Amino acid sequence: MTFLVEMRGIEKRFPGVHALKGVQFDLRAGEVHALMGENGAGKSTLMKIMAGIYARDGGEMFVNGAPVTPDSPRAAQDLGIGIIHQELSLMNDLTAAQNVLIGREPRRSFGRLDEAALNRQTAEIFASLSLALDPRTMVGTQTIARQQLIEIAKALSYNPRVLVMDEPTAALNDAEITELFAVINKLKADGVGIVYISHRMDEIKRIADRVTVLRDGAYIDTVDAATTPLDKIIQLMVGRDLAHVIPEFPDTSRNAVALEVRNLSRGRDVRGVSFDVRKGEILGFAGLMGAGRTEVARIIFGADKRDAGEILVGGQPVDIRSPCDAVAAGIGYLSEDRKHLGLAVDMSVRANIAMSSLATFTSKAGILNEAAMQKTALSYIDKLRIRTPSDLQDVRLLSGGNQQKVVIAKWLLRDCDVLIFDEPTRGIDVGAKSEIYALLEELAAQGRAIIVISSELPEVMRLSHRIAVMCEGRLTGILPGGAGTSQQDIMTLATQRESAVVEAEDA
Amino acid sequence: MSISTQDAPKSVAARMIATGTHQRVLAFASLIILLIGFSIASPNFMQTSNMIAILQATSVNGVLAIAVTLVIITGGIDLSVGTMMTFCAVITGVVLTYAGLPLWLGVIAAIATGAGCGLCSGTFVAKMKIPPFIATLGMMLILKGMSLVISGTRPIYFNDTPGFSEISRGSLIGQIFPAVPIPNGVLILFVVAGVTAYILNRTVLGRYCFALGSNEESVRLSGVNTDRWKIAIYALSGAIVGIAGLLIASRLNSAQPALGLGYELEAIAAVVIGGTSLSGGRGSILGSLIGALIMAVLTNGLRVLSVAQEWQTVVTGAIIILAVYADMLRRRRSA
Repeated sequence: MTFLVEMRGIEKRFPGVHALKGVQFDLRAGEVHALMGENGAGKSTLMKIMAGIYARDGGEMFVNGAPVTPDSPRAAQDLGIGIIHQELSLMNDLTAAQNVLIGREPRRSFGRLDEAALNRQTAEIFASLSLALDPRTMVGTQTIARQQLIEIAKALSYNPRVLVMDEPTAALNDAEITELFAVINKLKADGVGIVYISHRMDEIKRIADRVTVLRDGAYIDTVDAATTPLDKIIQLMVGRDLAHVIPEFPDTSRNAVALEVRNLSRGRDVRGVSFDVRKGEILGFAGLMGAGRTEVARIIFGADKRDAGEILVGGQPVDIRSPCDAVAAGIGYLSEDRKHLGLAVDMSVRANIAMSSLATFTSKAGILNEAAMQKTALSYIDKLRIRTPSDLQDVRLLSGGNQQKVVIAKWLLRDCDVLIFDEPTRGIDVGAKSEIYALLEELAAQGRAIIVISSELPEVMRLSHRIAVMCEGRLTGILPGGAGTSQQDIMTLATQRESAVVEAEDA
Repeated sequence: MSISTQDAPKSVAARMIATGTHQRVLAFASLIILLIGFSIASPNFMQTSNMIAILQATSVNGVLAIAVTLVIITGGIDLSVGTMMTFCAVITGVVLTYAGLPLWLGVIAAIATGAGCGLCSGTFVAKMKIPPFIATLGMMLILKGMSLVISGTRPIYFNDTPGFSEISRGSLIGQIFPAVPIPNGVLILFVVAGVTAYILNRTVLGRYCFALGSNEESVRLSGVNTDRWKIAIYALSGAIVGIAGLLIASRLNSAQPALGLGYELEAIAAVVIGGTSLSGGRGSILGSLIGALIMAVLTNGLRVLSVAQEWQTVVTGAIIILAVYADMLRRRRSA
C-alpha cells in the first residue's frame, strides 16, 4: 500500500547541530502515529520539514506515493498537511474567528471582508468540535486551554488529510484531554492520518496505533503501540534503563523552618494560605489548573501584591514587595513559562547563567569578568549535563529541557535558600525529567528548601516529602509524601470545594 | 469539547474595553474637557473662526498621524513621514511649476511619489529585514537630502497653478453652507480618515495590519505572504503621506524643501495619545484623529490664553506621558 506520507533519509543541519541524521517516517490513513524521543531528539524539526516550515538538507518525501518538496506552510497545506504548533501561535489582538480563518478570510469585491461569513464558518467548525465559543471572542482573553482548542479548530479548518499535533495536551486538564481524544478518534474514522507528539507516556497507550522513536536526531525504531510495553518504549528513547525506585525520604521534621507563610490572601485567587517548608525538604503543591498554586508562588516571590498575610524567612518576618526583595531574602522562583519569564532567549547560555549574579562577576571598576563567567557556565553545563555546542550558543537554539537546565543553573548560582519550581518538567521528556528530579533531590540534600508546583500527580508523589493540596485558592490539606498517600487522597482534597452556601455568598 | 460560554462577550461595553476602545473614550473625554476648559478660560476660544483654525491646523498632522497609525499597528514605526511629505510636495512642484503640467497630474504625482517611497521603506523592512526604526531613519535622511537636491534648496512656488491653493484653503462646504466655511483641507482630513478606517476594519489589508502586529510569525505560518502585505501597508501609508504633502504645499502655496523634520514625531505623538499601542496589534484611526485634535486644541488654547510657545511644547510632552500612563494603568488593572 502507499503511505499517506512517507519520509526517507531526511537530513537537517543547524549551526553547530546535526539535527536529523537520515531519519525515516511514514504515516497511514486513519492512524495515530506517535513520534517520541527526548527533547532535542529531532521530533519537532522533522515535523516542521513535513509542514514546509524548514527545508530539508537531504532525503526524500512522498505524499500518496508522489515525491514532494513543500517549501512553505502554504505549499504543505495544499498537500493536505496541517500542523498544530507546540508553542501557541495565535494572534491575541484578533477574535477567535479572525484567527481560525487567517489567510482565507471570506472576501467580497475590492478586498473587503465578509465578517458575517467569517463568523458563520468558524461557528460551524466550532460546532463540529462541540466547542461552545463565540467566534467574536478576543483570543487574548481566553485561557491557555481554550486557546489550544482554537488552534486545533484552525488546523482543522484546512480539512487536512495529515494533522501533526505537537504536544497538544501540555496545557489541558484531564477532562479537556478526553474531549480532545474524542475529536482525534473522529478524525481517524474520517481517514485523517495523525502524527502525535507528546511526553505523556500514558497518552501513548490511550491514543496511538504505532510509535516511532527518535534519539539524538537518529531513527531508532517503529513499534506497535498496543503490544509494546511502555518500559520498552522509554528504553528506546533514552537508550538505557531508568531507575523507577521511589527514594527513601529523609526525615526533615526537626530541621529549621526555612520559609513560613501565614494567612496569605489575594482576591479570590489565594485565600488564607498558611504553610511552612523546612531546610532540606521538598514540599509539593498539587491541585487542578487554576487552583491558585502559581499565584501563591508569585506572591511569595513578590511578583504580585498580596492583600494580607505574612512571610517569614528563617523565622524572621520579611516584607517582600518585589522580586528584588525576594531574591535578597534568598528566595528564587523558576517560572512555568520559562521562555517569556525565565530566560533572555536571544542571549548566550553563559550570559543567561550569569544574569542574576552579575555583581559577583564584576570587578571594582565595573568591568565584567568574562573568563570567570565562562568557567562558571562551563561547570554548570557539565554538572547539569546541558546539551549545547558551547557556552556561547544562544539559548533559543536549545531544546526545552536544556533551556530549563539553564534557568536552574542561573538560580543555583544565586545560592538561594528557598527555591520555588513551577512546573519544572513541563514539556520535558522522560530522560531529562529524571535528571531534573535527581537535581532537585540533590539541592534538598544540600539543605535548601524546595517547593515544587506540578500538575502531574506522579511527579508530585515521586518528589515530595510532603504534599500541599490546593483547591479554588484555599489550601485544603497537607499530606505526607511517599507510599502512604495515594492519588485518590490528593484528588479528594484537590476537588474539595466550599459548600454551595458559601459559593452563593461569594457570587 | 463542551466548554461553557461564560467568558463569551456579554455586553457591548465589555467588548469595547476588551478591544482597547476604552483608551479612545478616554482621549475623547480629554478632548471635550480641554474644549470646555479653554471656553471657560477665554471667550475668544469657542468662536467659529477659532474652531475652524484648530481644524485647519490639525489637517496636516492628522493625515500624517493616520498614515503612521497603519505602520505602527503592524508593529513598526515610520520616522520618514515628515521629510517624505516634503519630498512629495517638491515633486508636485517639479510637475506643476517646472514642467507646467495640469493640476490633476500634480495631485497624482504627490500620491504616487508617497506610495513609491512607502514601497521602498516596506521593501527594506519586509524583504531586507532591516528594523523599521533604522529603515525609516535612513529614508528620512535620504528624502530630506533629495528634496534639497531636486529643488536646489530653494522653495518652489505654485503661482502659475491658480487652483492649487484651493486644495487646502478653498471651501466646498462654505459654498453650500456659507455659515460654516470649513476649508477643504479639513474635509480631506475627514475623508482620508473615513476611507482609511474602512480599509483598516473591513478589508483584508486592514486585517493583516492587525495580525502582523499581533503575531507576525503566526500569520506567516498560516500561509500568508506576510512580506507582500507589509510592503502594501507601507505603500498605502506612503500614499496618505503624499496627500499630506499636497495639503501643506497648498497651504503654503509653495514646496519648502527645508521643512519636514519634526512632523514625524508630532504624528507619532498624536497616534500614541489616541491609544494605538507602539508594540503593535492594537489601534484605531479615530483615536489618532482625536490625538491630533487634542494637540491642536492645546496649542491653540494655550496661545489664546497667551501662554508662551515654549510652554506649549512642555505641556504637549507631559500630555503624551500622561496618556500612555493612563493606558498602562488600565491594562494593569485588567490584567
